[in-house]
Amino acid sequence: MAVASISVAETPLVLYTLRRADDALVLGHRLSEWSGQAPMLEEDMALANMGLDLLGQARELYAYAAQVEGKGNDEDKFAYLRDVRQYRNLLLVEQPNGDFARTMVRQFFYAAFGDLYWRAMMKSRDAILAAIAAKSEKESAYHVRHSSEWIVRLGDGTEESHARAQDAIDDLWAFTGEMFDVDGSERALIDSGIAVDPESLRSRWLKVVSDIVGEATLILPKSNWMQQGGRDGRHSEHLGHLLSELQSMQRTFPGAAW
Amino acid sequence: MVIAMFDDAELRQRAWDVAASVVDPEIPVLTIADLGVLREVTVDDGRAEVTITPTYSGCPAMNIIALEIELALEREGFRQSKVRTVLSPAWTTDWMSEHGRRKLHEYGIAPPQAAGSRRALFGVEQVACPQCGSKNTEVLSEFGSTSCKALWRCKNCREPFDYFKCH
Repeated sequence: MAVASISVAETPLVLYTLRRADDALVLGHRLSEWSGQAPMLEEDMALANMGLDLLGQARELYAYAAQVEGKGNDEDKFAYLRDVRQYRNLLLVEQPNGDFARTMVRQFFYAAFGDLYWRAMMKSRDAILAAIAAKSEKESAYHVRHSSEWIVRLGDGTEESHARAQDAIDDLWAFTGEMFDVDGSERALIDSGIAVDPESLRSRWLKVVSDIVGEATLILPKSNWMQQGGRDGRHSEHLGHLLSELQSMQRTFPGAAW
Repeated sequence: MVIAMFDDAELRQRAWDVAASVVDPEIPVLTIADLGVLREVTVDDGRAEVTITPTYSGCPAMNIIALEIELALEREGFRQSKVRTVLSPAWTTDWMSEHGRRKLHEYGIAPPQAAGSRRALFGVEQVACPQCGSKNTEVLSEFGSTSCKALWRCKNCREPFDYFKCH
């Protein structure tokens, strides 16, 4: 690689903002991988549109993180010039697309959380985060509605679509716990009214997810064992591959612009 | 130079009118004033500063709109104008003017329904076909050709149409 990674001064607010920005960027990138390959034209457009929403959210969050950090980093540097260990996204969002059912289950788990999360964040005492939340919550609401409909359609569809949706739920379930994890640096932000305590969203998230999964004649796993690590930069092998594609241009031709 | 002939209030109005004439590149019948994207215009020493607010987070039209505003102001004699983007208060389709809604309808896009509250957005939607006016319509896809539109179909005249989503 021809260009070195940046260093980031991860104060609590910078880290908090980067974590959410990375969630949106990585999931948005995953959705963009479907472009031209979705099962039907309408879904091709839907996935690209949702990817675009997430990319927009990521840009606003990166721009804010850069402003708070004040070290000359910007949204492009955060996206293109951090190594895999510097990414702070949830393990859930970096999981490969797999088949359409897997993409929809991943989307549903995340969007159902994002919908509640951004709505709650509109009351953040941080004016910029509250403003970003006010846009994101409407977008998330469309994402959760879209993926909910697909979960029901796939689960309550054919034998094969049901089996694929159930497989995806079984495999991805262990990545949902991380959405509710809070570490010391976030606890302080929660206490000062800047961040939302995700624990306060858990029962509502579980109800949304259980209702839809039930309607889809699917089953949520009983296991409570959850994967962790993304928030601290310990990722599954998949993120490195994703970043090598996402970053290849800037790493190979530093500062390339057009 | 044209600018020297105007006093401050007139200059501001002129800059506003120039910025307000910029159209959405995706929906060229709508100006940014119709959309409610244009928030504020100030003029200081012949330099205009225009404040806009994004529609959707990832809307790629925003970059083009900002550039078009700068170019339009430049053409009218405002040098080194700046476009500023503010996130708060967040844009909503409720800011779209009546005039804008009418133009959208005439253009063949069903205008957004008055949202009122967020939950109204997800209540029973009844979108009238912009072609024949029938309310016997159905959604084909929540996501249409741009992030602000959904794809619908009229079951009466059988024509598909775009619906500008509530936001």
